[in-house]
Amino acid sequence: MTSKPAPPDLSGSRPRLRRERRVHRLFWAAALTSILISILIIGSLVGEAWNFISTVNLSSLWTDGWFPRRGMFDLKTVITGTLLIAGVAMIVATPLGLGAAIYLSEYANPRARRLLKPIIEVLAGIPSVVLGYFALTWISPNIVQKISNAGVFSMAAAGIGVGILTVPLVASVSEDAMRAVPHALREASYALGAKKHATVTRVVFPAAISGIAASLILGVSRAIGETMVVAMAAGAVGGSLFEWNIFEPGQTMTAAMTSVAIGSDQVAGAGNAFQSMYFLGLLLFLMTLTLNLASDRFVRRVREKY
Amino acid sequence: MVSRTKTLSATDVVQQTLRGRRYDLRAAAFPTALLATLLISLLFLAVLLIDIITDAWSVLSTRGLDFVSSPLSLSAESAGVWQGIVGSLMLAVVVALFSFPIGIGAAIYLEEYAPDNRFTRFINTNIRNLAGVPSIVYGLLGFTIFVGLMKLVGLEGGHAGKNVIAGGLTLASLVLPIVIITTAEALRAVPDSIREAGFAVGATRWEVIRHHIIPSAAPGILTGTVLTLARAFGETAPLLLVGAATGFFSTGNAGFLQKLTGAYTALPVTIFSWSRQPGADFRALTAAAIVVLLAVLLTANATAIILRNRFERKW
Repeated sequence: MTSKPAPPDLSGSRPRLRRERRVHRLFWAAALTSILISILIIGSLVGEAWNFISTVNLSSLWTDGWFPRRGMFDLKTVITGTLLIAGVAMIVATPLGLGAAIYLSEYANPRARRLLKPIIEVLAGIPSVVLGYFALTWISPNIVQKISNAGVFSMAAAGIGVGILTVPLVASVSEDAMRAVPHALREASYALGAKKHATVTRVVFPAAISGIAASLILGVSRAIGETMVVAMAAGAVGGSLFEWNIFEPGQTMTAAMTSVAIGSDQVAGAGNAFQSMYFLGLLLFLMTLTLNLASDRFVRRVREKY
Repeated sequence: MVSRTKTLSATDVVQQTLRGRRYDLRAAAFPTALLATLLISLLFLAVLLIDIITDAWSVLSTRGLDFVSSPLSLSAESAGVWQGIVGSLMLAVVVALFSFPIGIGAAIYLEEYAPDNRFTRFINTNIRNLAGVPSIVYGLLGFTIFVGLMKLVGLEGGHAGKNVIAGGLTLASLVLPIVIITTAEALRAVPDSIREAGFAVGATRWEVIRHHIIPSAAPGILTGTVLTLARAFGETAPLLLVGAATGFFSTGNAGFLQKLTGAYTALPVTIFSWSRQPGADFRALTAAAIVVLLAVLLTANATAIILRNRFERKW
């Protein structure tokens, strides 16, 4: 009588499987860290921001200016300043960023691309504190003061500085969007007799419009959150009256937070100036989150289409 | 044979185009204008470098290496960036220790292990959003959580927990999403055939990852991490909130642990605080410190590009 051999055990060695599970759990935990950081950010912002809102005199959120040490927390001052500087930044970054993106994606041959692309990459690597210095010592006297009678510090100078910082982001995201447009579309356009110029403006650009919109939204989000250029070049270190003229000094949410932070030792007894930093932080977080989610949606639309 | 009506038929348009002027001004002006926008960016970059180097020249030419090796000082003649460089390097070490293992691990999970379900998509969206959170908000996170953590674990030091470790952890959280995104991209570039070949000869998932995927993706991962360190090296705003010293301080001959938990500064923070000082001599100092910072960053970027060019594999 022949006994059948027992089927081989294919489950592998136990220690090997145990190690496998351990590694899996370790990587899973690493991925969860990103969620933990989000929770910690929201947690640290909400707590102190709530302290601020519940103790502050609500009428002080709508007065003549932003002077945290005097208990004046005028939100329209810092929000207007933020939006004005972001506006100036986008006036600079939209043409420079989109122009670079269209040229690199549609016109530059591989050699020109290898030569020109690093301009954008080097620009992306310049720290914002360096651009802050540049905005203060060069952009302000050589551009802003030439076209207006602004002082050394102005929202326009800061805005141009922030704009230069935003160019690489707008350029790279919209270049990706245009390179994702399939060649068949361009070829179809040429087959109809369209010239390069018409193909680029009437076919490629509209096809990539979601991605281009996403790049501009991301640019605005970046410009709103930019801190050092504004803190160095926009003036208004301690506080600012409500101001809508871009050739005057102004205060943004980020610069207001920085000035509270630098002077935090003097703030200890100054009412809730310290908590105002968290309130602004939460506001900033929510604004950029909304913009980022919107741009994410646009980018996904491009990806689904092609 | 000019038609009287203003509307042109398709045939007319085609005929006109075929016969018409060969030189279309608008079509020629368009790429020129596009190239001009790139050249304006280049011009800004060139002016920035020239402006800073001219401003810095008086300091760099007269003091040279003495400027790099001198500590902070209240007098402009003897002030240097040594403490800033040391602080930035220590921060970079903390950033590397925390953000690289966690970031690379998270990317491996998301690319190699995670099932494609709602939870994974949520993590991915969350990471992309974290990458867009303004850096100063991370400063608030660091001040609330990490400085508090320092007090909790007894590393409070002489500076109320505002030390290099808290600053480094803050910057590590700031760059973590970037590490994850660049690593995930490098992993995605490794073709599936490599994975399948590994599984086919009986390797487990971790063995495939360790012996095949990570070595294949290493150049991409390395480039990403170097660029990330450069990003952390130039970051200023969060450190202002986590208590990097904006004024003069001296570490004297404190022990290692005291240095680690005491007052600190970073090169970009030094630049910021000098730029707020009045007077031409501090302006020159600021510019000189910027030259040092840019030299470090350009070296890092060049290293990353060389690494990528030398080791990158096209599949």
